[in-house]
Amino acid sequence: MNLLKKLLFLAALLPGLALAETAIPLDHAPVDLNNQASLQRGAKDFVNYCLSCHSAQYMRYSRLEALGLSEKQIQHNLLFTRNKVGDTMTVAMRQDDAKKWFGVAPPDLSVITRALGPNFVYTYLRSFYRDPARPTGWNNALFPNVAMPNVLANLQGDQVAVFKTHVDMVDGKPQKEKTFEHLELVQNGSMTPAQYNAMVGDLVNYLTWMSDPAREQRLHTGVYVMIFLFAFLILAYFLKKEYWKDVH
Amino acid sequence: MSAGQKLLNWIDDRFPLTASWKAHLSEYYAPKNFNFWYFFGSLALLVLVLQIVTGIFLVMNYQPNAKLAFGSVQFIMRDVDWGWLIRYMHAIGASAFFVVVYLHMFRGLIYGSYRKPRELLWVLGVVIYVALMAESFMGYLLPWGQMSLWGAQVIINLFNSIPVIGPDIGLWIRGDYVVSGATLNRFFSFHVIAVPIVLLALVVAHIIALHEVGSNNPDGIEIKKHKDANGIPLDGIPFHPYYTVKDIVGVAVFLIIFSAFVFFWPSGGGILLEPDNFLPANPLVTPPEIHPLWYFTPFYAILRAIPPMFDSQFPGVVVMGASIVVLFFLPWLDRGAVKSIRYRGGLYKLFLAAFIISFLTLGYLGMQVVTPMNTLLSRIFTVPYFLFFVLMPWYTRVDKTKPEPERVTFKH
Repeated sequence: MNLLKKLLFLAALLPGLALAETAIPLDHAPVDLNNQASLQRGAKDFVNYCLSCHSAQYMRYSRLEALGLSEKQIQHNLLFTRNKVGDTMTVAMRQDDAKKWFGVAPPDLSVITRALGPNFVYTYLRSFYRDPARPTGWNNALFPNVAMPNVLANLQGDQVAVFKTHVDMVDGKPQKEKTFEHLELVQNGSMTPAQYNAMVGDLVNYLTWMSDPAREQRLHTGVYVMIFLFAFLILAYFLKKEYWKDVH
Repeated sequence: MSAGQKLLNWIDDRFPLTASWKAHLSEYYAPKNFNFWYFFGSLALLVLVLQIVTGIFLVMNYQPNAKLAFGSVQFIMRDVDWGWLIRYMHAIGASAFFVVVYLHMFRGLIYGSYRKPRELLWVLGVVIYVALMAESFMGYLLPWGQMSLWGAQVIINLFNSIPVIGPDIGLWIRGDYVVSGATLNRFFSFHVIAVPIVLLALVVAHIIALHEVGSNNPDGIEIKKHKDANGIPLDGIPFHPYYTVKDIVGVAVFLIIFSAFVFFWPSGGGILLEPDNFLPANPLVTPPEIHPLWYFTPFYAILRAIPPMFDSQFPGVVVMGASIVVLFFLPWLDRGAVKSIRYRGGLYKLFLAAFIISFLTLGYLGMQVVTPMNTLLSRIFTVPYFLFFVLMPWYTRVDKTKPEPERVTFKH
C-alpha cells in the first residue's frame, strides 16, 4: 500500500505528466533575453528562492558573468554556500531525503524551460492556491496535486480557488461536479500582483536564459556564418557558370 | 619530368590512383541534363561526412552510462568549447540526412532511376536507408532523455509482438527486461562503430554500382546509346569538373538552410529537438505522448492505423514492415514503357500524387495524439500508400505514355 501510494504520488508530481492534464490556459511569459537587468534580477531570485531545493547542476555560477556580473559580485551576492565561482549550482539537500519529505525529488532546473516551455513555468508559479486537503496546504491550478508548496507565498499572498458546482447526470443519478473557475487573492503578500507578476517574469526569463546560455554566442556566430555562406554561394554560382559555358 | 609527375608515376605503378580518379571523376561521363533533383546524392554524402566528423568530437565528451549520459550532453552544450555547435550540427544533421535522402529517393522514383539496369543500385540504396533508420534510432537513445527512453521502449516492444519468439528477441535487443543502461551501452556501440562501418561500406557499394551502370537522367533514357568515335556518350560530360562545380553550388545552398536551423532555430519548433527529451530519462514516468522523430512518423502512423488482432499488435508490425520492404520490389513492380515522369501518362501521375500526399499526411498524423479521427485518417491514407506499389504493375502498363526522345533535352 505504502509503495503504491508513493508511486502514485511520484507519477502525479513529475512534470511530464502534467502537460497532459493542463487545467488552465497558459499565460504568456514576458521573456526578453536581451533585458540584462531582468536577467540579473531573475538570477538573484533564482538563487534566493529556488536554489535551496532545486539544483541547476549543469549551470556554473561563473557563467553568470555573461549577464554583466563580475566574479566578485557573483561571489558576494549569489554564493551562499561554500561553493566556488567555477562550481555548478548544486543543492545540499540529498535526493533521498527530498523523496522522503516531498514524495519526489525536486527536479533539476537547468533546462526546465526547454522541456516545459517558459509559459508553463510562468503560469505555474502564479497558480498556487490554499488547499487544506494537501499535505503542504497548497495546490496548483495548472499542476493539480503538485508536491511543491508555494514558496513565494509571502510575496504573492494567499490565493484560493473558486469552483463552480453544477449537477451532472452520471449513470442516471444526479451528481455534484466541481469545475475550476478562477483564482482569487484573499490575503495580500508583500508585493502587489503587478510586482509579483514582474518578479516571476524575471525569474522565468532567467530560467529561459539558463536553459540555453550559449544562445548569444550561437546567434552572433550564426550571422558571420551566414555572411560567409552567401558570399561563398555567389562565388560558387559564377564558378559553375564559367565552367558550364562550353556545355551545349 | 617534374618531381610531382615522378611521384605520381611511382604511385600509379603500385596503386591505381590516376586510373581511379579518371574512372570515378574526370572520365566518368554523366548526362548533361541533370536538374535540381540531382543535388541530393552528393548532399547525402556531405551529411554523412558531417555526421561522422561531429560524431567523433561528441564521443570525446559523451558518457555512455545511464547515470551520466544526460548530464554529459549538457556538459557538451555548456562547458565544451563549441560543444553546442558540434551537438546541434549532429542532432539537426540527423534530420537533414533524412531530408536529403527522402528527396534523393523521390528523384529516383519520378525519373525511374530504379529501372533496369539500375535495380541493384536501387536495392543498395534502400539497404542504406534501412541502415540509416537503425543508426538514427539507436543514436536517439543516447541523450537519455524521456523521449529517448520511451521511444526506444515502444519500438523495441514491437519485436515483443512477434509470435512465440518475440519476447526473447526483445530481451536480446535490450539486454534487460526494460530499456536500461545495458541497452544504452549496446546502442552506443552500434551507433558509433557497427552501423557506421556498414553504412560506409554500403555507400561505397552504391557508388560503385552507379558508376558501373552510369547515371540516369530526367529524361529516363540511356546516354550510352549514342557515343562518339572515342566511345564517349554524346550527351555525357565528365563528372569532374562539371558536376563537382555544380554540386558546390548545391552544397552552399544546403549549408545556408542547414545553418539557419543550427544557429537560429535549433529546436525546429519542437520537431528537431523534442521538448520531452530535455527531461532526464525516467522509467517510472511515462510521457503523455510517445512518438518517434518526424522521419519515422509515416511508418508509425501506419503501425497505429492497423487494429490489434487476436490481442496482438503483430499485424500492425507486419504492415509497417511491409511499407518499408515493398520499396525493395519497386524495380520489378514497374512495367511502364518509359522511365521518366516526363513521358508517363496521367494514371501514373495520379497514383504518384496520391502516394506523396499519403506519405506526408501519415507523417503528420504520426506526430499527433491518438484520437478516433486521427486513427481513421491514418487508415484512409495507408490505403493509397500501398496501392501505389500493389497496383503499379497494372497502371504502369495500361498508362498512356508519350514517346521518349532519342537524345536528352537540354536547354542552355
